[in-house]
Amino acid sequence: MSTQQAEPESQEAPEDPAMKGAESPAADEQNGGGMVDEHAEKAAELEGETVHIKVFRYDPEVEGKQEPRFDDFHVPFEKGMTVLDSVMYARDEYDSSLTFRHSCRQAVCGSDAFFVNGKQRLGCKTQISDLEQPVRIEPLPHQEVVKDLVVDMDHFYDQMHTVEPYFQDEDTPPVDDLEEQRQSQENREKIKMSSRCIWCGACMSSCNIAAGDNEYLGPAAINKAYKFAMDDREGEEIKEHRLRILEQEHGVWRCQTQFSCTEVCPKDIPLTEHIQELKREAVKKNLKFW
Amino acid sequence: MYEHDVIVVGAGGAGLRAAIAANEAGADVAMVTKLHPVRSHTGAAEGGINAALQEGDDWELHAYDTMKGSDYLGDAPAVETLAQNAPEETINLEHWGMPFSREEDGTVSQRPFGGLSYPRTTYAGAETGHHLLHTMYEQVVKRGIQVYDEWYVMDLATTDEDDPNDRECHGVVAYDVQSGTIEGFKANNGVVLATGGPGQAFDHTTNAVSCTGDGHAMAYRAGAPLEDMEFIQFHPTSLPSTGVLISEGVRGEGGILYNSEGERFMFEYGYANNSGELASRDVVARAELTEVGEGRGVDDEYVHLDMRHLGEERIMDRLENILHLAEDFEGVDGLVEPMPVKPGQHYAMGGIEVDENGQTCVDGLYAAGECACVSVHGGNRLGGNALPELIVFGKRAGQHAAGEDLGEPEIRTGYGDDVEDETDTELPVAPGKAGLETSGSVAADGGVTADAEGVLQRKVETARERVDTLMDKEDGVQHAEIRAKLQKAMTDYVNVFRTEEGVKKALEIIRECREEYQDVYVDDPSRTFNTDLQQTIETRNLIDVAETIALGALVRDEFRGAHWRKEHQERKDEEWLKHTLISWDDGEPSIFYRPVILEGENKTYEPKERSY
Repeated sequence: MSTQQAEPESQEAPEDPAMKGAESPAADEQNGGGMVDEHAEKAAELEGETVHIKVFRYDPEVEGKQEPRFDDFHVPFEKGMTVLDSVMYARDEYDSSLTFRHSCRQAVCGSDAFFVNGKQRLGCKTQISDLEQPVRIEPLPHQEVVKDLVVDMDHFYDQMHTVEPYFQDEDTPPVDDLEEQRQSQENREKIKMSSRCIWCGACMSSCNIAAGDNEYLGPAAINKAYKFAMDDREGEEIKEHRLRILEQEHGVWRCQTQFSCTEVCPKDIPLTEHIQELKREAVKKNLKFW
Repeated sequence: MYEHDVIVVGAGGAGLRAAIAANEAGADVAMVTKLHPVRSHTGAAEGGINAALQEGDDWELHAYDTMKGSDYLGDAPAVETLAQNAPEETINLEHWGMPFSREEDGTVSQRPFGGLSYPRTTYAGAETGHHLLHTMYEQVVKRGIQVYDEWYVMDLATTDEDDPNDRECHGVVAYDVQSGTIEGFKANNGVVLATGGPGQAFDHTTNAVSCTGDGHAMAYRAGAPLEDMEFIQFHPTSLPSTGVLISEGVRGEGGILYNSEGERFMFEYGYANNSGELASRDVVARAELTEVGEGRGVDDEYVHLDMRHLGEERIMDRLENILHLAEDFEGVDGLVEPMPVKPGQHYAMGGIEVDENGQTCVDGLYAAGECACVSVHGGNRLGGNALPELIVFGKRAGQHAAGEDLGEPEIRTGYGDDVEDETDTELPVAPGKAGLETSGSVAADGGVTADAEGVLQRKVETARERVDTLMDKEDGVQHAEIRAKLQKAMTDYVNVFRTEEGVKKALEIIRECREEYQDVYVDDPSRTFNTDLQQTIETRNLIDVAETIALGALVRDEFRGAHWRKEHQERKDEEWLKHTLISWDDGEPSIFYRPVILEGENKTYEPKERSY
């Protein structure tokens, strides 16, 4: 596994005025040349505009891609085009080796968090017309790059798993018991925002503390723990157990309330507030014991 | 080679539930998924889970509504199993911590949904699927169930006896997306396919790009028939530019559909005089397109869904997610203006033919969830019935694969003495195999049935050769071109309104796609995270699945549920109370029919006129 990172100004692809679509040295004539012109022309007729994107490229196995570089693509603009649409178009029309994760296209699968013009964003819910061109699309910083825009998510998943991310019931009822646990509307509202996390990793990537401390649980995992700790359906004893996990050396106290996670969260989860609240809960719990 | 008792392919709702059930039954179970579990498309389900939980409601009403919604093509034993088990399974999710919306007394909330005689759709905001997916993944983590994430299953390790009913499935062949390594996964007890829908066969779909019908295609080529594939649900409210889904919950809460004249057309033009916007999905989808066709569409393309009158408080409480979707993907503020909507491919009622225990006619091969056809949904699925299907039948498949006795199934599978052959439809082109098959079809070497490991090893070698061939080829056609052509043909000709001529045209284009696919190549030379390779293999699956959809649409010359035919605008119960089955037959597909089972536990469901 490589540890290459996107450098802001690394190795720009040379401009080739002969190719209107893909300007990457990797895109050969046969692959895209004629088609590119055709698509670009059609778009010019329809909209008269293309969007210029610069996409980070890296592949540890492929000659010419082992050193990270940026490829330029000019993608015909359509109303409503998102950053994800633009890279999908570039892949399908210009260079099929352009690699990124994506699935639902509607901001719920959390696959396509990228570093777009210097900020962590979900590709599928970022309108490209809102961004300054050329739009620079890079993999999430502070994670190992596997290839192009794909980063290794294993560390993120490991941190999520560290906080025992599952409901723990003190007395599980018999299976044939057709009674739900009661929960007040207020308590459901309390955990609502925390339950929206889609595991995209944007917050973790934006966090300076996580960048410096590999063991820091990070905003997403702490928020996951918040969801359970604040849920009245779990008992007090389990809540205390959860707080003990969270107040360990690499837990909530590491957070320096810089709000970068909150700022990038595509689901608007008040991550920093949740972390602060857990700090207060931990203090309360300790006061009780002293 | 990896080895487990039960291998579950796919980690959405059905796969996760199957894995948990198999684990609880004591089996060593592993999940193999081309995504990470939390990326699965179950997470996009918005509306809810139908379950008869309240006093005044009961499972028999749920079963009746489902059978009526199916246009009498659901099999009663499956429909009743769903309705009977949904309450327990829903409450079980609550005990696993799923954050359902709540009533003032703290009980879980339920709301009205299309085609339901009682408000029994249990929900968690307008993001029920997201919560269901994450809650079940949490339980998988809790149990320490092994997950091979980002491993793409390419083929099943099935024996190659002439009669599919004699075949056995011993495992799967998968490749690690990150490294490109191809490995065999031996399943000592069984393989459960839970690979979701085939929505990517269409170009305007609410489905994720990962919904490529992989399980359908693999099971089909292994000999399990695909059932009722012509029944595709087009959801009445998808956003026009992207296909993003706007939940039926909007109409459940009181949202109203208007045409360009500002008329509430569901009532004004008599499409559904009683239920209006909450008629069954197929009824509403046809009404919308009829409005557009008659010149009363907005921008000649869509209609308006208005929820402004519900008020900000109620919208924020129950439909907040819808505001975000409309804003992010259509640039519309649902609080101040109506939302543009049109029908989009949403769900496949048909799928891999299975019985109530999730078992196909191939021993050891199971399917559950959208990729399977039990059949619960028949000609049309009711909103809120997909999620209970995942948990009820996912669980049963997992249990049965782990060796639990669930009793004798009433539903039969595979070719047998109770089926009727298709004889009188003329096909415009031959379906099935095109030229040399290098794509892991059954009986590659027509050889001897070896032991389990031998079968698996042979399949691994075939898969490796296939990938090498695709990667070594220097030029040819790229999958994206073929896929786009296929998707366009399906949306042009096998959509909400179907004609004989159109469907035949689609079959011809599908044939062209097959032939072009013989020349497909993978341009990306890397073994690392090669999505070009993965999509190329998926495209082959889409071709096989699209063909079965079009074949079914051609032979079924009647109008039932979501399947409408211009030349045959009536339901023909004397002739068509039967399931369409298509069998790959080693590359020369055959079509046959099995009667629908309308005899339930306590009553027979008599087909009635379906009006809302």
